[in-house]
Amino acid sequence: MITLFGVFLLCLLLITAIAIVREQNLFAAVMLTSIFSLQMAAIFFILDAADVALTEAAVGAGVATVLLLGALALTTNHEQEVKRHKAMAVVVAAFTSLLIIFATVDMPRLGDPMAPAHQHVAPWYLAETPKQVGIPNVVTAILASFRGYDTLGELFVIFTAGVGVLFLLTNSPSSSPSRLPSADAQGLRHHLVPRVVGRLLVPFIVLFGLYVQFHGDFGPGGGFQAGALICAGLILYALIEGESAALLVVPRSLLLALISGGALLYLAVGLAGLLRGGNFLDYSVLLSDPVAGQHLGILLVELGVGLTVTGVLLTIFHAFAAREQRS
Amino acid sequence: MEIFGLFNYWMFVILLMTGIYTVMSRTNLIKKLIGMSIFQSAVFLLYISMDKVDGGTAPILQPGAVDVIYSNPLPQVLILTAIVVGIATLSLGLALVVRIHEAYGTIEEHEIREQDRV
Repeated sequence: MITLFGVFLLCLLLITAIAIVREQNLFAAVMLTSIFSLQMAAIFFILDAADVALTEAAVGAGVATVLLLGALALTTNHEQEVKRHKAMAVVVAAFTSLLIIFATVDMPRLGDPMAPAHQHVAPWYLAETPKQVGIPNVVTAILASFRGYDTLGELFVIFTAGVGVLFLLTNSPSSSPSRLPSADAQGLRHHLVPRVVGRLLVPFIVLFGLYVQFHGDFGPGGGFQAGALICAGLILYALIEGESAALLVVPRSLLLALISGGALLYLAVGLAGLLRGGNFLDYSVLLSDPVAGQHLGILLVELGVGLTVTGVLLTIFHAFAAREQRS
Repeated sequence: MEIFGLFNYWMFVILLMTGIYTVMSRTNLIKKLIGMSIFQSAVFLLYISMDKVDGGTAPILQPGAVDVIYSNPLPQVLILTAIVVGIATLSLGLALVVRIHEAYGTIEEHEIREQDRV
């Protein structure tokens, strides 16, 4: 039954993807990408990836849609009907897909417990997590502890992307910058229904984000998901109350502190391990009890991830929104 | 449901090629970026399809429970971080498109090339 539901969702996903490609109105295409992400999250969920589904729903359906709409507002929302290399693109895509489909015949079937992916290191993680780390969520244990180096690297990629967007969008454009708030910058304050409903939702979204942040050891969640959720809540506030009101709640200086503070907290936890005589990002030496040390390390590292992700995503949103007011 | 054993992988291939086709055939830069995110989502689907174990559940250990089969947590960790990195890089691309629009007044690739030629 679940398999059939998965097949149904995948067909729906493909239809949505084709609709996105065919749609000439970019505004409609962006809304379709939001639906695409939501369907993707449902598929991840039935494939047992609860953490990934939560991330995809918060990031793909929430934040990405807002950023794409922001970019559309600054450029244009209609796509010209010029299709170069269309025949060649069809031939290349068809030929490559035939090749890859031919290669999939040798792949293990979906859910095969004997598949090579389930033989090597994954059983070790499942067996060692209760002994060495002592938290129920194995995904969080691998993310923050066993493979802490990788996550640190990913965090710095996000950090760098945020700095890059700041460099690209916060210089003053050649046209004279007018900081007078236009009618758009007032948000949806004069629309009663979104204002009342949105205002009710914002605190609960942020509260849920905090729950996901600090409950990530025990259930699906962690810094990446929490950062995206909290950012989505604050973006909703900015859309309702206007850009300037949102900047009063979380000013730019605080955003910059969040971005760098989170990354530095992660590094500091790693260095603390070094100073206490262990390896870089080895949390077992943080406290006298190794398992308690792992708990503390994971909590701090996830907090660092959450701070940086919230800061970067909100900064990117404000960079697009501020550009909008000027042009 | 043996006949659907490879269905996820086929859908991955078709989605991947939908993304590639969009990047190759469209001139609008935002449409190209959307095509790249479809391509990226297809890769996510491939990885998450590989984590499923028959009769398994999400890899959150249940204390005291015996004979529970857990799905593979490793692909989930990879994709979890990749999704957030994906949005960060997408917004960097969008920021570039916004600057291109300010410099050229268009986001259609062939018009940008024409202006460069003059």
